[in-house]
Amino acid sequence: MSAAPRTIRFTLNGRTVAAEVAPQESLVTMLRDRFALYGARESCGQGLCGCCTVLVDGRAVSSCLALAALVDGRAVTTIEHLDADGTLDPVQQAFIEAGAFQCGFCTPGFVLMTRQLLEQHPDPGDDDIRHYLAGNLCRCGAYPEIVQAVKLAAAKRRGAAG
Amino acid sequence: MASDDKPHAERFPFGIVGAGLGVVTRQLPPDEPPPLAPNADLAVIGRPVPRQNGRAKVTGATRFTVDISLPGMLHGRILRSPLAHAEIHGIDVTAAARHPGTRAVLVVARPDELTGATLRYVGAPVAAVAAVSMVAAAEALRLIRVDYQSLPFVADMDEARNATAPPVFDAASAPAGYASGFPARLNLPLDGNVRGPATDGRGDTAEGFAEADLVVEGEYRTQVQTHCCLEPHAIVADWRADGLTVYMSTQFTAGVRHELAEAFGLPLDRVRVIVDGMGGGFGSKSTLGSYGRIAVALSRQAQAPVRLVLDRQEEQMDSGNRPATWQRLRIGAKRDGSLTAISLVSYGTAGVALGAGVGNVAQALYACPNFAAAQYDVFTNASPGCAMRAPGNAPGAFGLEQAIDELAERLQLDPLTLRDHIDPSPVRREERRIGAERIGWRRRHAPGADPGPIKRGMGVAQSLWGANVQTNSACEVRVMRDGSVEVLSSVQDIGTGIGTVLAQTVAEVLGLHSEAITVRIGDTEFPAGPPSYGSRTTASITPPARAAAWRVLRPLFREAALALNAAAEDMAVRDGRILVRGDSGRSIDFRDAAARLRTDRISAVASRSDDYGGFRWRMADAAQARQDLGGVQFAAVAVDTETGVIRVERVVAVQDCGRPMNPLLIESQVQGGVLMGLSYALFEERILDRHTGRMVNPNLEQYKLAGACDTPAIDVVVLENYQANSATDAYGIAEPANIATAPAIANAVYNAIGLRLRALPMTPAAVLAALGKFPARS
Repeated sequence: MSAAPRTIRFTLNGRTVAAEVAPQESLVTMLRDRFALYGARESCGQGLCGCCTVLVDGRAVSSCLALAALVDGRAVTTIEHLDADGTLDPVQQAFIEAGAFQCGFCTPGFVLMTRQLLEQHPDPGDDDIRHYLAGNLCRCGAYPEIVQAVKLAAAKRRGAAG
Repeated sequence: MASDDKPHAERFPFGIVGAGLGVVTRQLPPDEPPPLAPNADLAVIGRPVPRQNGRAKVTGATRFTVDISLPGMLHGRILRSPLAHAEIHGIDVTAAARHPGTRAVLVVARPDELTGATLRYVGAPVAAVAAVSMVAAAEALRLIRVDYQSLPFVADMDEARNATAPPVFDAASAPAGYASGFPARLNLPLDGNVRGPATDGRGDTAEGFAEADLVVEGEYRTQVQTHCCLEPHAIVADWRADGLTVYMSTQFTAGVRHELAEAFGLPLDRVRVIVDGMGGGFGSKSTLGSYGRIAVALSRQAQAPVRLVLDRQEEQMDSGNRPATWQRLRIGAKRDGSLTAISLVSYGTAGVALGAGVGNVAQALYACPNFAAAQYDVFTNASPGCAMRAPGNAPGAFGLEQAIDELAERLQLDPLTLRDHIDPSPVRREERRIGAERIGWRRRHAPGADPGPIKRGMGVAQSLWGANVQTNSACEVRVMRDGSVEVLSSVQDIGTGIGTVLAQTVAEVLGLHSEAITVRIGDTEFPAGPPSYGSRTTASITPPARAAAWRVLRPLFREAALALNAAAEDMAVRDGRILVRGDSGRSIDFRDAAARLRTDRISAVASRSDDYGGFRWRMADAAQARQDLGGVQFAAVAVDTETGVIRVERVVAVQDCGRPMNPLLIESQVQGGVLMGLSYALFEERILDRHTGRMVNPNLEQYKLAGACDTPAIDVVVLENYQANSATDAYGIAEPANIATAPAIANAVYNAIGLRLRALPMTPAAVLAALGKFPARS
């Protein structure tokens, strides 16, 4: 790959945008430095903790490992988009109600993974939840409340759908 | 209300709710609010109020220090020692300074003309640059030329204790005093790499052991644990001609301000420290740190803001850690269980720092007339340890509580029966009773009784932690003419939700909902708040918050009394109204009373009074209440004797923090403490290569943290324990919740397999080795 910057165009939180990125630039760096989106945060730098989770074409991705250049032509959604209309997503609402965080550094990643989980499994059991969220770390140890929040969110979504 | 100007006697709730709540009369110091009723009679305090900043956290809107971006901001990066012990004879930064992106270069380990600069661990800061981008900073670092002369080193504690081991320090260079976060004993002898002993004692242990019918003896080992805050250590330093502003992920804004003023020769009023979102500290973000000093020095040199954020490898290698320990315990007892003597010898290593003791659990948890402790620090060529959630007592309890378990078995007593006999604390007695019922202790079987390959067991362990207070803690409460209310303090919210608790405290006094209170914290422009370490935040800042709210209410009562044609001393608050006590028909809306104020804003500032019952001790700004914070935890485990995997299935944690201010937040912290303890017990370990001194698992992949799949069912029970000591009578919970977990699990493992694991972490390999199925680790 050439060291020269290249211009990419992609959809970011529903808007078409362009950015000139260096070949080694990570997606999380681009989102923060060029678009002032700070909800995805680098922590482990190895795709192990989930703090930098964003959605690319609807799939959860560790943005510390993804190269910015590779989202050319794709759709990127960050945590900031979930309440774009001023209303919290049911998952966000459930995390607040269940008290599913302490410091909150890991929370955006957990919220995005939970949305993906509930799209695939609308009524997950405790073990499904724990295994699905095994790639997200919470050092404050809010896992019990997080599992509760996921179940609460599932109930909210089913209620909204029914 | 003239009587408030003098000390006067008041009757306070006293004791444990559900186990003998009574009343005590205490002298109330002048200008303090009246005694606060038990939680059952309160409107806001003691209720499970959700965090005020929840919305910002789930939407990503919270600004952590790593999210701060200032115009013209540069990026700092530190060059670190690749060697465990080296002398620098020369350092050439010319090429780095000429790099087009470089704006500042700093030599941290400055070679002295005569001696050179000594580096004593892999990762020690050598030099630093600030550049226009992270990439440019990394490029510039690579241009720095350092002339290292490698020296003999020792990275392993046992090797470091040998007389022939290479010395890490000599008498002149060894740290003598302060270990990060807690004081070390002064003026102890240094022999090779071994400093100490720090001794404690009472009675005569030789006599005590002679009187004993039975003696248990054991050696216990604990590993180095790293804090692994998900938000790395981070600072943005903005040095300007008119003063220094620092954004920092810190547990103590006011303390960092002091350190900066002293380090850079600035008056306090020219230094401002700000933290909004704070992504975890656990003891490792208690002080300014070398990285903080470096960032400020770079900003001063570059005359521009500098952002310095450690990466994960730096986090693991040099941001503090819980020291490794080795301890030998001997406990003598009579047939009835009465203890006759305890002796403790410990060696611990915090690398190049001090503070690797095993705390005061052996000294203070149980009644025993004869006690002797000798604790040693061992220097190694490893990064400096620092305070980590219940420093000392967490490793200490891993030993003591297994020794007590062993003693109970030898005496053929139930571990709870023995503790009922030797533990004088009424708090833990009640906690044992509650916990035993919750976990189903009666179903506990004999050690190793399960017939199949998966063996289950139950264990219990206890904790002790001081009820700490920071007397240098102040809070301001403001009421505006439109009835809006603000509470202000430099205290920081590191995730515990102290802002929400402050809102509850003020709302209770003013008769408002907690959401009506605007919380402004984490900024040294506000009155100096306490640190968020030593489990002292709530104990230190909620009493002044209540006192300030109570003082600011008095002018409002005067206005309301005028409006209602009543006496100010007859006023009371309820549901957003100020009313005449005993005549609720006569009332005025809080906002209408505020509208009558002479000025747009009234305000009161209060600071932390001494505990009404007096402190156990006080040194400078720190003090300790007379009572301790007790906790009892029960664990149920399943041990797979074919794979060696220990699964913790259930934990019951029964804890005490005085008056529980917000059960939702407290339970969350207790669960967090249990999980960190479980992770310490089973998974976490910093591994240093003894041949290079390098950490071989400086990441979150080979350094394993407990995750969602490892989380057991956790029952939390929090006592309501009133001690009539302050305007809120609330104390801390973070550290107490982290002490008993590992020994409770270890005792449960013993109950499951009939074998005692005396070293942490209790890995599958350790279990299989104990079972004789796998060679033990050398």
